Amino acid sequence: MIQIPTNTALVRQILVAFIRNEVLKTGLARVVVGLSGGVDSALSAMLAAEALGAKNVLGVLMPYKSSHPDSQAHAEMVAQKSGIESLLVEITPQIDCYFEKFPDADARRRGNKMARERMTILYDQSMRWNALVLGTSNKTELLLGYGTLHGDMASAINPLGDLYKTQVWALSEAVGVPQVIVSKEPSADLWSGQTDEGEMGFAYREVDKLLYLMVDQRYTRAELAGAGFSERFIDDIAARIMNSQFKRRLPVIAKVSQRTIDRDFRYSRDWGK
Amino acid sequence: MSIRIAIGQVNPRLGDLQANLALYEQRIGRAAAENADLLLFPELSLTGYMLRDTVPEVALKLDSPEIKQLMALSRKVAFAAGLVEESADHRFFNSAVYFEDGEIRHVHRKVYLPTYGMFDEQRYFARGDRVRAFDSKFGRLALLICEDLWHPSTIYLAALDGALAVLCPSASPLRGIVDQQIQDDNARYWEMINRVYAETYSLFMIYGNRCGFEDGVGFWGGSEIIDPFGQRLAKARYYDEDFIAVDAGFEAVRRKRTMSPLLRDEDLDLTINELMRIRERPAAKPRLKRRPGWAAKSAKKVL
Repeated sequence: MIQIPTNTALVRQILVAFIRNEVLKTGLARVVVGLSGGVDSALSAMLAAEALGAKNVLGVLMPYKSSHPDSQAHAEMVAQKSGIESLLVEITPQIDCYFEKFPDADARRRGNKMARERMTILYDQSMRWNALVLGTSNKTELLLGYGTLHGDMASAINPLGDLYKTQVWALSEAVGVPQVIVSKEPSADLWSGQTDEGEMGFAYREVDKLLYLMVDQRYTRAELAGAGFSERFIDDIAARIMNSQFKRRLPVIAKVSQRTIDRDFRYSRDWGK
Repeated sequence: MSIRIAIGQVNPRLGDLQANLALYEQRIGRAAAENADLLLFPELSLTGYMLRDTVPEVALKLDSPEIKQLMALSRKVAFAAGLVEESADHRFFNSAVYFEDGEIRHVHRKVYLPTYGMFDEQRYFARGDRVRAFDSKFGRLALLICEDLWHPSTIYLAALDGALAVLCPSASPLRGIVDQQIQDDNARYWEMINRVYAETYSLFMIYGNRCGFEDGVGFWGGSEIIDPFGQRLAKARYYDEDFIAVDAGFEAVRRKRTMSPLLRDEDLDLTINELMRIRERPAAKPRLKRRPGWAAKSAKKVL
């Protein structure tokens, strides 16, 4: 029986301290977060409200015409429950305007474009509001590359990036994310009927166990097979992690000088803070 | 002798010496106001921990004005600082410096620089090459920095060198979540070894950890003072700034060592002889395993 630890009381304490510390040291006091109606953004927003005070958190709802109507209702539910301000910015006009020129674009291109459109809105709002963009990507999707580079993966600070989806669910319940949001099937909601698990072909609770042993516990392939995972599943997940490595790194810079950014010019992000 | 020991569990600014000097000054003032005799600051708390390429920029020579400023502050209260020390030949050390009555009484250069997993210290720091206890006006003390204490040889040497108390400046990151535990797994491990060391070596463990976050890495705080009987005299908050001060009677060392004279009975010659034997034993040297492919061929050449 593989048990991923959740310790929600401790994780909550750590993440609230993380948000408060990492935001305040930049000289700012506020964050903006995209509220999709899903559990990840709901949790991020509620943790931020706890860390910074609800008045210092802005939730931005950015539906497209095909977004599920529940998504907006759930996002509003989160804003209401946490007491944060919310802002509605529909993205349908600009997305449709762009794809009028490329009518043959498939669902994935359209989905990526929407994710990046939302990113530009969040960064603009963050400047308008003197705030940082709060991330919502969890460890499962970051490892599997199930996110849009420079889209939903973009943020200034991310409290959830070291939590598997299983842990996000547990913490969300502890923090009081509305049950209907915790229980619903995860979806990027980029096109009608899309679900994460349907698209990826496996259940979060299953892949989280595999990832936990593979990444956190450094099990070898043989040990993973011994723990009951099929070789096909192990290889599929290993390939997804390898093939999405580029999404977790800065762009590759051609080395020319003696001192190249991030290779031999190494400073922490919190340099001087 | 009863002394009042304080720990400043601070959250320094990364790479900002002036801001952190101000932090030191404030905590030293508080220690003096609370009649503390001895104040411990965490590892690299004058500079911040994840320094990377700023190491040479924040390094201090022991004759620098900043060090002179710290020396002057030690007229109020004796304290141990955590900083980057630059030697005359321009090596950079992760050092702890003990200041007392306007003087530097001891410098410990971190010996075990973690360079694995999330740690990168040996890339930036030179390694210290000695573990020594030293005399202070309170009695004999030792300074060991964080990872040093994960190598039992360091505390063994400190105890045999006569330390009555070990001061451990630390920058211990929180990592590892275990269910049904109020602290992270790293904190659990530290609390275990602090207590075991205090009891095993019949001395005071004075553990000063920092708090705050650097690039998403949190430091768990939880500074503590453990007496030779394993009793926790004071405990700072987890994950947040704090300041603790407590009276510690060094006569407890005498009482404990009278009851359990383990150090008296320690057979130093036996240990030295066995260590010499182990050092010379072929098995202690890395052996080349024969493997198929290039490894086997290159092994033959080496042999």
